[in-house]
Amino acid sequence: MTGATLITANGAVEADLRVRDGVVREIGPALTPLEDELVLQLEGQWVGPGFVDLHTHLREPGGESSETIASGARAGIVGGYTALVAMPNTEPALDTVALVSFVLAEGARTPISIAVAGSITQNREGQQLAPMAEMAQLGVRVFTDDGSGVQNAGVMRRALSYAKPLGVRLAQHCEDDSLVGSGVVNEGPLAESLGLSGRSTLAEEIMVQRDIDLLRSTGGSLHFLHLSTARSIELVKNAKAEGLDVTCEVTPHHLTLDESACATYDPLFKVHPPLRSSLDVFALREALGRGHIDAVATDHAPHAPESKDRAFDEAPAGLLGLETAASLTYEALGQSSCDPVLFYSVLSRGPARVAQLRANDNPVGLSAQGGALQVGEAANLTAFDPSVQWRVDASALQSRASNTPYADRVMIGRVSTVISKGVLVLREGVLQ
Amino acid sequence: MIETIRGQNLLSLNDLSKDAIIEILNEAESFVEVNERAIKKVPALKGRVVASLFFEESTRTRLSFETAAKRLSADVLSLAVASSSVKKGESLRDTIATVDALGIDAVVLRHASSGAAEQVSRYVPHVRVVNAGDGQHQHPTQGLLDAFTIRQTLAERRGLDPIASGATLFEGLKVLIVGDIRHSRVARSDIAAYTTLGAEVRVAGPPTLLPQSVAQWGATLAPNFEEALRWADVVGLLRLQRERGTESFVPTLNEYTTTFGLTQERASLLKPGALIMHPGPMNRGVEVDSKVADGPQAIIRRQVSNGVPVRMAVLYLSIAGLGRAK
Repeated sequence: MTGATLITANGAVEADLRVRDGVVREIGPALTPLEDELVLQLEGQWVGPGFVDLHTHLREPGGESSETIASGARAGIVGGYTALVAMPNTEPALDTVALVSFVLAEGARTPISIAVAGSITQNREGQQLAPMAEMAQLGVRVFTDDGSGVQNAGVMRRALSYAKPLGVRLAQHCEDDSLVGSGVVNEGPLAESLGLSGRSTLAEEIMVQRDIDLLRSTGGSLHFLHLSTARSIELVKNAKAEGLDVTCEVTPHHLTLDESACATYDPLFKVHPPLRSSLDVFALREALGRGHIDAVATDHAPHAPESKDRAFDEAPAGLLGLETAASLTYEALGQSSCDPVLFYSVLSRGPARVAQLRANDNPVGLSAQGGALQVGEAANLTAFDPSVQWRVDASALQSRASNTPYADRVMIGRVSTVISKGVLVLREGVLQ
Repeated sequence: MIETIRGQNLLSLNDLSKDAIIEILNEAESFVEVNERAIKKVPALKGRVVASLFFEESTRTRLSFETAAKRLSADVLSLAVASSSVKKGESLRDTIATVDALGIDAVVLRHASSGAAEQVSRYVPHVRVVNAGDGQHQHPTQGLLDAFTIRQTLAERRGLDPIASGATLFEGLKVLIVGDIRHSRVARSDIAAYTTLGAEVRVAGPPTLLPQSVAQWGATLAPNFEEALRWADVVGLLRLQRERGTESFVPTLNEYTTTFGLTQERASLLKPGALIMHPGPMNRGVEVDSKVADGPQAIIRRQVSNGVPVRMAVLYLSIAGLGRAK
């Protein structure tokens, strides 16, 4: 790879990089290509560790008409991802060794790394704990009932307590059902005018606060999924300052869309938690820019077209994220003023740590995700071209579904090249 | 801002100008006479096809719309969707596409989901869509017939020609709307119509049934219900929608009646000339006392009669002049 800015653990450096036999073999200025080598000219581009998505709904098993592990992996590659964490709200939920093994096996047939988040409770019902220790033995490092939060405080405390010695991280979808009710958009004047029931910011914040208090009593580690409000971010920031092992993610859509997108009742903009006020969007962007957010995570949620061709309150929540996340993160970080180190931090190194694919700069087990771009490390690399302009074509997405809210939007910056496990899997935006 | 609904959809009253509303009310006046003839039919929409799609149970609005369409000589395709394709799992887009394939000029749509009419208007841009009530969002023809009924009644009393009066009878008119504002599409359409026409609107009800942002709709909260009754020229009562589970927003129905029902005692606080309205169907004994509902101040039956000429006006304006697509 020549001509690019390399994003290393020690900052951005202008240098060439040689990959051989699946590992980064050499980094230095003006490397001479060997005879049998392919030279990727990446002038003006950034090269850093492959992106890691903490929050992908791959829909398999049970939702194969919306996405499969294979199609989700292809969408991930186009988006620059070399590792995805598959969410467990499949049908059936990933709550046993057999089901986790199935997803891991299918994932191993893709060119990238597919990790699995197991469910905290059996069938994600929020009642009886799922066999977390057995799943942890398969390498599961994250557990969540995502899609809904664990509503019962007693169950959540028990789960945190049980998970602590396993060394795994619980991840919570924070929305209190009793406050959410039948809500479908952000609670407030717009929802009232549209005649749509609201999901309040309070529903999220009250559970964030509750879980921080629970974690203080149990110890262990906890990740907050798709935070969407200014106050949630503040609560997590304070908990970190207190020394609690908490992490958080925000989604590209909560960073780039506000509730006004729902004013035409287009179900493509329906998502949980809902798109919030422009003030919340501003606060999320500011926190991201200041490095208070551990990860940008997609909450990639494919839905077959027919399911979105319904009335707003009847349509399922969720939108596609993998193929647009990098451009949107770049946008949220200010495009021309975007710090490439921070960019790779929230898309790769941060999420790799949360998912325990990496501790500090040492790979955990065989994983080499979110790495430091150092010689000897397995090559999982993503090149991002910050200058290219492109238009989102919903029909050209790799995902089986096409429920992107960004159709026809002009984006700046795009992933050009991905090397996964030492293999060139995306070149000039084209799957290899 | 929409200045006329000629050839346009009618989805909401929020974006209709005063002129657009007055145009509909005036057109409706001319159709009142048709409804008084022995042969109640004009050829205005002869050869046009109106599909009446009710995804939600309704007898009154549906009868009113279909009567209006037939009196304009339109062919009416009436589909009881609530009991057919939806239960078989068909998407909204497919249901509309199927009906559209039969060759239609307009859709009258009732749906339990807010925004359904706007979505349908995107699915079939060449078809005119008239919203006959979408979830908790809008019920535009109800708002129009309520405004029509107020103007007609006040004009009659003062010996004025309603058409010539334009919007003047609404200027400074004091309207109180009582009850479940939060879940009511009628309230949203009424408030839009009245405030656009120049009336002053206050709302009253239990706090759990009031929207927080009513000021942005151009209305204000009445701090004291009894005082507001003394203040009002028109009192619009809303149905406590027990079928939507709104009972859980108040402790008991009896307590609702005690605190916000228009009882005989409260009705005696009203100005002698004040009008009492209700979009129906009424919960007699809950939001309104039976005798009050049948009393001289109530114009509730007039509202029902006016539904037909107002809906004739809406269908006529919306469809006439519309070029055939394809």
